[in-house]
Amino acid sequence: MSEITYPRDYSLLGRDAKRAAEIGLSNAQWYAAPIPRVRLKELMKRADGPAIRDTLIWFASFAITSGFAIYFYPSWWSIPFFLAYGVLYGSSTDSRWHECGHGTAFKTSWMNDAVYQIACFMIMRPPTIWRWSHTRHHTDTIIVGRDPEIAIMRPTVILRTIALFFAIPQTIGALKNLVIHVSGRLTDEELTYVPEMERHRVFFVARVWMVIHLASIALALYLHSWLPVLLIGPLPTMYGAWVHIITGLTQHGGLAEDVLDHRLNSRTVMMNPVLRFIYWNMNYHVEHHMFPMVPYHQLPKLYEDMKPYTPPANTSVINAYREIIPALLRQAKDPSYAIERHLPKGVTPMTEAIAAQ
Amino acid sequence: MTNWIDACAKDDVTEEDVIRFDHAGRTFAIYRSPDDKFYATDGLCTHEKIHLADGLVMDNIIECPKHNGRFDYTTGAAKGAPVCVNLKTYPVKVEGARVFINIA
Repeated sequence: MSEITYPRDYSLLGRDAKRAAEIGLSNAQWYAAPIPRVRLKELMKRADGPAIRDTLIWFASFAITSGFAIYFYPSWWSIPFFLAYGVLYGSSTDSRWHECGHGTAFKTSWMNDAVYQIACFMIMRPPTIWRWSHTRHHTDTIIVGRDPEIAIMRPTVILRTIALFFAIPQTIGALKNLVIHVSGRLTDEELTYVPEMERHRVFFVARVWMVIHLASIALALYLHSWLPVLLIGPLPTMYGAWVHIITGLTQHGGLAEDVLDHRLNSRTVMMNPVLRFIYWNMNYHVEHHMFPMVPYHQLPKLYEDMKPYTPPANTSVINAYREIIPALLRQAKDPSYAIERHLPKGVTPMTEAIAAQ
Repeated sequence: MTNWIDACAKDDVTEEDVIRFDHAGRTFAIYRSPDDKFYATDGLCTHEKIHLADGLVMDNIIECPKHNGRFDYTTGAAKGAPVCVNLKTYPVKVEGARVFINIA
């Protein structure tokens, strides 16, 4: 049973899910860099200031881009403003969903919860479902059959990967699941990680979302205008998704599956300040996975502290894609291939054997 | 019934922090609150059995290091997903420079 059979079974109820449990890959012990407790406490310390500042800029950016888009609509001049609005709506929400889901962006809980709910709606991720799926992603990062958030499964399906940039598979899945949740049900996979006591929240939020989506469509019909649906609902989620896919695929794209060491299955990439604002520093992905309690605004410091223990970061997004694209193309033919990360001299990787002990 | 166990020295736990204490095959977490009171709970998160002593203490909250689940360590109450089951708490007393917990 410990033999890997290709193609892998990525479902949470299938062959590889059983394999992961049997060979100790689920709920396993993972490598952690030896950062002193005193230093970690300093880095983990929460603050409201950075996230309030960023959120005010974020809201102002929504107001400005949507204001100009509406003002210039239907002229061609509206397009750049829709594009910018779309990136805020369909991409920057990925990192807000993520950070606020962890509860680390703000010190004050209700602020995390409020931004979390807004971001979830825009990126069409049911808040309760995705809170639990992300919990699993952190427990069993890129463990086949356990992690529900593996973005690119092997062998790579090139067309599907391209479709991700327009959020086509994500939106189709989200709409299907919305209908299921509105009817008071969960999918079989969701049943594996959402506890019973949390399920009523899924159904309630789905019904609220359905009302908002229908109201947006009704308003568009009433006004004889595309504007409401270009600003609210699946369309901006789709036309604005491309930036978060560009950043998001760098997290684990092309790297190893079924290893218990985030340095081998996650990637840190240097990014410019604009992308880091949109992405809320999730480019420091190895650091985030190893110490998820460290808020986004402290990750650059954690990165410096972890440097002696981690592979060199990719120097830019382009540099990252220079290894990701060939790897994905190769994985389309050879699903066993993965990019190998080289650890600093004298630093040993966490192996399955160590974890099994 | 009481079973007071000498768990640690007061100075072993800094203010607004937590340490791990293992005894007779069980693991506990000993907290020192910002107002200099001591508390004790089971040492493992009720969600996925992670050691809470590696977590972050903020006021009366302990946050699990793995999934950021939060408990009120003074009562053991789970404060929301992904933790749904409360944490068991234990009476604590301080005698001189030592901290005792009652694990009966």
